[in-house]
Amino acid sequence: MIPLPFYLLLAAALFCIGLFGALARRNAIAILMGIELMLNAVNINLIAFWRYIQPAAPTWDLAGQIFALFVITLAAAEAAIALALVIAIYRSRDTVNVEEVDLMKW
Amino acid sequence: MSLSVPDLNLRIIAPVLIVAISALVVLLGELVTSSAQKRGLGYASLVGLLAAGGAAMGLWDAHAVAFREMVRADNFGVFLTLTILAGAVLCILLSFDFTRAHRIETGEYYALILFSVTGMLLMVTAADLIIIFLALELLSLPLYILAAFKREDERSLEAGLKYFLLGAFSSAFFLYGIALVYGATGTTNLARIAASAPSEMLLIGAGLLLVGFAFKVALVPFHWWTPDVYEGAPTTITAFMSVAVKAAAFGAFLRAFLVALPALAMDWRVVLAIIAVLTMTLGNVAALLQANIKRMLAYSSIAHAGYILIALVAMGGAGVSAALFYLLAYTLTNLGAFGAVIALGEGERERLNVSDYGGLARMQPLLAAMLTVFMLSLAGFPPFAGFVGKFLIFGAAVQNGWAWLAVVGVLNSLVSVYFYLRPVVAMYMSEPVEGWGAPRVAPLVALALVLALIGVIALGVFPAPAIALAAGGLGR
Repeated sequence: MIPLPFYLLLAAALFCIGLFGALARRNAIAILMGIELMLNAVNINLIAFWRYIQPAAPTWDLAGQIFALFVITLAAAEAAIALALVIAIYRSRDTVNVEEVDLMKW
Repeated sequence: MSLSVPDLNLRIIAPVLIVAISALVVLLGELVTSSAQKRGLGYASLVGLLAAGGAAMGLWDAHAVAFREMVRADNFGVFLTLTILAGAVLCILLSFDFTRAHRIETGEYYALILFSVTGMLLMVTAADLIIIFLALELLSLPLYILAAFKREDERSLEAGLKYFLLGAFSSAFFLYGIALVYGATGTTNLARIAASAPSEMLLIGAGLLLVGFAFKVALVPFHWWTPDVYEGAPTTITAFMSVAVKAAAFGAFLRAFLVALPALAMDWRVVLAIIAVLTMTLGNVAALLQANIKRMLAYSSIAHAGYILIALVAMGGAGVSAALFYLLAYTLTNLGAFGAVIALGEGERERLNVSDYGGLARMQPLLAAMLTVFMLSLAGFPPFAGFVGKFLIFGAAVQNGWAWLAVVGVLNSLVSVYFYLRPVVAMYMSEPVEGWGAPRVAPLVALALVLALIGVIALGVFPAPAIALAAGGLGR
């Protein structure tokens, strides 16, 4: 069996790649992809933890697995809203570059 | 393998279910109503919210858990449920004429508010991190759409996009925090997390949870979205976001940190105290510089999040009840202030600059007096609700050995007096501005303002009953 830290490192690396994408990209769609990557990194964590906690837990305890399924569903809902917002912005501004969407600044 | 049927006690989540069902009814009603009948959908949502309020009152002193300890009915949750419902009712009363004037009068508008309220109610009754996360998203997703609801207005779209990108970003951190807490303790249940041994992984998880909550309630340094989103979103939605999201997120914030993580209190109290100081100071100082009243109220809401955080740092029964009372007082006061801004609009034009308020005391003496009361209550003057709230919070801080934090809070309140009184000074001392007629206030808006005013004065003059209810306590 692959030891738990390997999974955790993989998840942390994926999370950081997603984080970099979300912070460094200017395109709203690319930022969204970075955020999706972050959510999926957490899913790896949840499943890995569940697998290693399971031997000591009662058989009905599927919290990690079920939570990962919820997160996948939620990521889909989030993408639907994000794409709708991006399309609406593109129609009015002709751009999806977040640096050009700057009517309000303090 | 044996399968047991979990305890499906629907009574415990009755308020959540009632709001969810009314959201679906309103959404379906949108299909079969003509554009002249959309007002009826607003009335239908009011009925749903009031029914949910009735169901919530039935849960007072119920002290029960259901759905395998996923949700918990305690007086803490019921108090916040009623606070959120009161905020939603006032927001919908303000919306009827606003949505018509801004041409966004649709069934979806009301349905999305109700869906968001569903998430908020679930969030304050959740006893498990999975439910807290799902409720947080159910609360946020409709708000992303509502912030961008005025589609022909580029500012509104920009507000929606900014809110979405930063919100989704922060929820990824929140989720990572939950995963680490789950890994460290083997459970997502708040009470069982408290029972397991503290570890480094739990501490990192708690830190990431803090980032998620800090974003939702707009604490420094996770507050950057607030002014832009509050300025761009339709004013009724700004009013709703500024109070109801705070009540719901602070509810889950208090529950998660006080029920699940008291063993780490030594670590997080200091961090939260520093964040509270930064949040209050930055919120108040930045509000001094704003000419736009929506941006000013946005920074003011950041500052108020800092005051409430003091109550969390203080911990104990006094801290929890102070936070609950403050959230109720802030909900009524802030909705009143935004309500007055909405009432003073003319068609699609709104009085957004402080200078637009010149001479209103002569044209609309009643409305000017009301706005003055709300501003004084936000600044913390007696005999209004805001004063009692601040008094309780600073009292709880002193009582639990955080006197210096209370002193910083008091100094900050002094600074805030300046910007809260600017519109008041303009109304009473300046000449009327060219191009604005005398505002006509719609009856439902007037009703919302009067209800908020009664609440603000009643909580300020007779605070004892509400304080007693707020002390009802947090179930473990």
